[in-house]
Amino acid sequence: MIPVCRLDDLPAGESVRIDTTPPIAVFNADGELYAIDDTCTHQDASLSEGWLEGCLVECPLHAASFDLRTGRPTCLPARRAVRTHRVTVDDGMVHVHVASEVLAEVAAEEEGTAA
Amino acid sequence: MRTVTVVGASLSGLYAARELRAQGFDGRLVVVGDEPHRPYDRPPLSKDFLTGRSGEDQLALSDAEETTELDAEWLLGVRARGLDVRGRTVLLGDGRTVSTDGVVIATGASARRLPGCELAGVHTLRTLDDARALRAELAAGTRRVVVIGGGFIGAETASSCAGLGHDVTVVEAAPLPLVPQLGPEMAAVCAGLHRRGGVDLVTGTGVAGLRGTVAVTGVELADGRLLPADIVIVGIGAIPNTDWLAGSTLALHDGVLCDDGCVTALPQVVAVGDVARVGGTRAEHWTSATEQPRVAVRNLLAGHTAETVRPLPYFWSDQYGARIQFAGRRLDTDTVRITEGGVTDDAPDEGGLLALYERDGRTTAVLSVDRPRPFMRARRELGRGVTVAEAAVS
Repeated sequence: MIPVCRLDDLPAGESVRIDTTPPIAVFNADGELYAIDDTCTHQDASLSEGWLEGCLVECPLHAASFDLRTGRPTCLPARRAVRTHRVTVDDGMVHVHVASEVLAEVAAEEEGTAA
Repeated sequence: MRTVTVVGASLSGLYAARELRAQGFDGRLVVVGDEPHRPYDRPPLSKDFLTGRSGEDQLALSDAEETTELDAEWLLGVRARGLDVRGRTVLLGDGRTVSTDGVVIATGASARRLPGCELAGVHTLRTLDDARALRAELAAGTRRVVVIGGGFIGAETASSCAGLGHDVTVVEAAPLPLVPQLGPEMAAVCAGLHRRGGVDLVTGTGVAGLRGTVAVTGVELADGRLLPADIVIVGIGAIPNTDWLAGSTLALHDGVLCDDGCVTALPQVVAVGDVARVGGTRAEHWTSATEQPRVAVRNLLAGHTAETVRPLPYFWSDQYGARIQFAGRRLDTDTVRITEGGVTDDAPDEGGLLALYERDGRTTAVLSVDRPRPFMRARRELGRGVTVAEAAVS
């Protein structure tokens, strides 16, 4: 669990990048908090600097768009999903619970089976 | 339409194939590519691929799943040699022919060369094979590198070479590189990035010739200077690949002439990407190559120009750790105003900068160095402005 910032410091429409490896971006999308891997899966660009609209963030370099809820790209040029991470707020402090690679893979497989 | 042939298997060719299927074309789809490789992304070739930070698998534009879905016949490693006057037969370099009802021309452009390019150690950087060869040579030890041309390819390649520890000089014939793209003020600021990156920038002199018998040993400048070199990279622009269309009825003039909807003189032949001169403009931009195919395919399937495309020009460049982004249409008479960040020692501040190009109180273009967020806002506003302005005219 990684502390990110005070909730007060992340108003609606804003985002923040945390220097984990790989880096993670945390978004306040109209009051809902989401965390995804920060680096676009197409090419090296920071999604925390992207254009936030509803639950979608558009990459600032080539306009690939990702759904913050699932991490899935909604249009080209990205084809691979970014990982999503759980976000909690405790005592006014935003925390990210980093999804482990193994869990992410299992989740992806389960989704694949369900689909 | 029963058969559509996409000539060119790079970015815009792949996007055209995708669009054909996405827009309901369920006939025979043939994709012809002169390179032996599956579609790959070129922008990383001068950057992360050259430095070894990323590998070939990261260049792939498509995967096995999509390839299956596209259900196309891929004729790779074979060059198109001609298009008959009716635009119904594509002739291939190996003697085969493809009879077709529709054609998407996506043959791109080739790196412009210099006399002496056959010497060992002289490179261009356009294709994966070019990049493989240069990368291997750069990995063989510290060398003296001369980059001819200070445009985006030249600057990015110089930056990558400097990052690998080589001794790099960039030669630019104009008094400053990138003036046509950025205007003199901002071109001067971006030129400062070379110096900050430890690269010598020699401007205002052309190249008289390359020295060497088997391998290159130096670059002779028009002003008489000689720059010793073990590796020379020629980045002096690209020529649209239209030679194969010489016997066709298509109008060719620095590209395949198309209307605003990417449609050529023949309604069943459209052109996209670097090879296409769309509505009078030929853009060698990644974004154009990805945006034109949707409209081109729509018009191809409709049999006439049902839709036009005029995206806001956008390009980017990564060099010396800085990300340059530019969007809009500037004129030389526009004024430039830095609205965020600034300039230190004739180069962008560490925190970057945002500059707006203005005409009659209106923003015409925006340049960003490491300021992606405000750039994106400005780019979107410009995009909207274009739509509004054009709607008002029509």
